[in-house]
Amino acid sequence: MTFFQGFRRSDGLAGTRNFVLVIPSVGCSQGAARAIARGRKDVVYLPNILGCGQVGDDQALVKKTLAGFGWNPNVFSVLVVGNGCETLIPESLGEEIARSGKRTEVIVIQKVGGVRKTVALGRKIVGEMLADASKLSREPVPVSELILGTECGGSDYTSGLASNPAVGCASDMLIAEGGTVILSETPELIGAEHLLARRARTPEIARKVLDAVAWWEKKAIEGGQNIRDVNPSPGNMEGGITTLEEKSLGCIHKAGTTTLEEFVPAAARPTSKGLVYMDTPAHDIEQLTCMVAGGAQIVVFTTGRGTPPGSPIAPVIKITGNRDTFLCMRDSMDVDVSGIVRGRQTVRDAGQKVFDQIVAVASGKTTKAERLGQRDFCIFKVNMNI
Amino acid sequence: MASRIKAIVIHEKDTVAVALEALSAGSEVIVAPGDAPALRIKLISPIPMGHKFALKDHEKGTPVIKYGEPIGTSTAPIARGEHVHVHNVAGKKEPGGRP
Repeated sequence: MTFFQGFRRSDGLAGTRNFVLVIPSVGCSQGAARAIARGRKDVVYLPNILGCGQVGDDQALVKKTLAGFGWNPNVFSVLVVGNGCETLIPESLGEEIARSGKRTEVIVIQKVGGVRKTVALGRKIVGEMLADASKLSREPVPVSELILGTECGGSDYTSGLASNPAVGCASDMLIAEGGTVILSETPELIGAEHLLARRARTPEIARKVLDAVAWWEKKAIEGGQNIRDVNPSPGNMEGGITTLEEKSLGCIHKAGTTTLEEFVPAAARPTSKGLVYMDTPAHDIEQLTCMVAGGAQIVVFTTGRGTPPGSPIAPVIKITGNRDTFLCMRDSMDVDVSGIVRGRQTVRDAGQKVFDQIVAVASGKTTKAERLGQRDFCIFKVNMNI
Repeated sequence: MASRIKAIVIHEKDTVAVALEALSAGSEVIVAPGDAPALRIKLISPIPMGHKFALKDHEKGTPVIKYGEPIGTSTAPIARGEHVHVHNVAGKKEPGGRP
């Protein structure tokens, strides 16, 4: 059994990082939240601009995403900063997060009496939270407790040949140890959905995968759009990818070879171990945000062309099979698996290298995205704001 | 000593190979699709690194196979050794592709 060095939480889950998280429940309190977190290592805020003027699915998605970040085991405790008149009630968001057993506080600008007072009060509260967080030490945790998010962005011909198969191999290794792997980005499943559906544990899971693809197609067509107008992107095409199907067939290699155990909607927490499909957009930062909201404590992100994003609370490991990209974007790339393309490395060796990197980063090794301060965040929206 | 691999066929059912370096028109490339016998392909167009060329003649309207699965349909006749990309292949629901 393989272990990583993690932070044990009161709810029994384990994190790879130990952050105090400041969540603005609405765009109006984002400035105060940013000021509360400013200059303090291990205090992060979410640059959330939503939380008001939204209805139905979008209102639910914002709450689910923000609560999911609060629940994520990489977070020690949470301060919710509200404005006071927003549609997402800050107290109800706080209650949802507090069910995790973490210390969760809610402060509201209109009740505290302005932004300056809120910032001063907020800095006092996160100061206390930080002091408690710093008392916690890492301890051995089986890798079976990891939820690994997988993502690809800026794909080129090396993605399907090298980096995605290497991640697939690492996914199989983590699942063999009892861990959980999330595959997502439904618009980039189009053309390969039949292959994933065939691997589903039950016909119902298979049907959900096929229905999700049909929903995205229908939604795009209703909006007068063709997904293929933006996918593959100009960079994908320059990098040798011709059609969406070709991109998708390369993309699903990240999921390795195991049985698909569960289908979850965007930003929802998986309940099964093994391979899980999450129905998210292919937009890199929305997808990343959805998986971390669903509890992923660590993410592997493959790229051909070179893609910098990271997450505010989860380490994101960048893997490329393109030697030129690795050299050109060394400040963003963590693992070079271009040896596969050059015939100098087997996919299995590269998979082991990725797996070892997952364990090292889960135990505290910083990623390039963390060193660059890439704390990117974007909530998936289905409809327009009102 | 083995010579440098210039192109790769991912699956034995594939009708295209991927160039691992920029290849010039007129050059000959040897590719080995899985356990199948090696093929010697004379390129009839320049192939940028990472791009595809045809392993066989495709009539207009036939599936183009990579990873053992269809990645699209030919929108023009494609000759063995020719560059295969957006100018002669369409995906599903693209003009010239399958509905």
